[in-house]
Amino acid sequence: MIGDYTYVEFSSILAMQGFAGLSLFSVFVLMALGLAIIFGQMGVINMAHGEFMILGAYVTYFCSLFFQEYLPSLFGIYFFIAMILAFFVSGALGVVVEWLMIRHLYKRPLDTLLATWGLSLILQQFYRSVFGAREVGVTLPDWLLGSISLTDIIDVPINGLFVMAITLTITLGVAFIMYKSTWGKQIRAVVQNRTMAGAVGINTKMVDRMTYGLGCGIAGVAGSAFTMIGSTGPTAGQLYIVDTFLVVVFGGAASLLGTIASAFTISQAQSTMEFFMSGSTAKVLTLLTVVGILMLRPQGLFTLKIRR
Amino acid sequence: MLSIDKLRVSYGQSEVVHGVSLDLKPNEIVAVMGRNGMGKTTLMKSLMGIVPSGEGAIKLDGNSIEKKESYQRVEDGLAFVPQGRMIFSTMTVTENIETGLTVTGKSKVPEDIYELFPVLKEMKSRRGGNLSGGQQQQLAIARALASNPKVLLLDEPTEGIQPSIIKEMARTLRKIRDERGLSIIVSEQVLSFALDIADRVLVIENGEIVHESNREDIDAEKVSAFLSV
Repeated sequence: MIGDYTYVEFSSILAMQGFAGLSLFSVFVLMALGLAIIFGQMGVINMAHGEFMILGAYVTYFCSLFFQEYLPSLFGIYFFIAMILAFFVSGALGVVVEWLMIRHLYKRPLDTLLATWGLSLILQQFYRSVFGAREVGVTLPDWLLGSISLTDIIDVPINGLFVMAITLTITLGVAFIMYKSTWGKQIRAVVQNRTMAGAVGINTKMVDRMTYGLGCGIAGVAGSAFTMIGSTGPTAGQLYIVDTFLVVVFGGAASLLGTIASAFTISQAQSTMEFFMSGSTAKVLTLLTVVGILMLRPQGLFTLKIRR
Repeated sequence: MLSIDKLRVSYGQSEVVHGVSLDLKPNEIVAVMGRNGMGKTTLMKSLMGIVPSGEGAIKLDGNSIEKKESYQRVEDGLAFVPQGRMIFSTMTVTENIETGLTVTGKSKVPEDIYELFPVLKEMKSRRGGNLSGGQQQQLAIARALASNPKVLLLDEPTEGIQPSIIKEMARTLRKIRDERGLSIIVSEQVLSFALDIADRVLVIENGEIVHESNREDIDAEKVSAFLSV
């Protein structure tokens, strides 16, 4: 016996909380991937990342309404279309924002914090005025509802599995783009030395714009996946921005693998502890641990070892 | 091939290059010599579009390029090996060379580049930042050659490199010129290297060309007088 639980119950709780942690991990990874590109690679402190995410969530919401109204026969697959749309809508907004604002600030990274924070306030008010202050939730197609019972006690929700599958696909996609494709090479070259990248023949302005767009697009997809887990409101993005930065900084800013490892650690710690104590105590403990580790290892979990 | 006409370059209000003119013939190697702070690097950077040029014209193959962005100049046939190499240190050797392929549209490093620099083939998947200074210099040249340039700009390529490798580098650069038929402008402080490689030597002082002579009739003492502090 552990406390009031038997061993079987206890291990089932651990397993289910572990799975809930994996769902949270997926959402963290999705959000952090976009930020790992924008903040980790480009060095832009994007405070509006949450709002790009929420835009994706709203796109998904309207997509679900549209399919319910006009194409009920295809309702089962609307989610895939919504995700693609979310990617392009958030990505397009990202490209516009880069052109209007960010491109003037590459040499002043701290100012990007202020500028994007302003942007996030503007976007929040825009959502509130246009979509209304009330939180909205999407209707999931039937095949995403319910759960699979592994044992008598352990139930695994299907939408959680679905989010994980999406996360895996997108992570692999991003890894491929960053490390295998020509575009990825150009992104990394520009990030490392913008002037020199231009002098070897890379159109740096174009690469910057597309990279920012890609990061925002991925945030949009994250928002789309997010609708399955929480409800969508104008300020919902705010709740997640701190966690997302925490994940990226803890993982080591320039490393995708680090981002994933740190998302895993933080989400598992959080969701396992949440069951045994209140949410905020769990959060405090997680934050304290992360702060402690970062004091010992300021560069984050993973870094590239090269001569400087 | 490359003609520079009364080029002026300034940082803010202070003008650093005062009306430099230079005609680079096809297949020619020109060395621009001068002490520190005389405008060599500024001249190179303005040719590459990294520092904006004020008045004056830069023509490559008859096309004006002085208003173009760096990457467009690379498309037109300029390539640049900067002072301090500036390779992408977290990327592998192969990836570094591949960044130079951008304007050619190819994705695979041509074999002849590895033939010029066999050591780069050995180090293929090492990170650029972990190479030695001499290897990084070769990498920077290989990266520049990957874009198939007509004119190659080298800014103080001998800086921080041991004498035996400097000799080797002069040989390689002449070989590149002969094989690929390109023209080279190299800025230098080391006279022996310049005499090894250049067809023509210019001396720049306080942003102006003060001396010019072909290699055959160069007065080495006079040039070294310009270079001594």
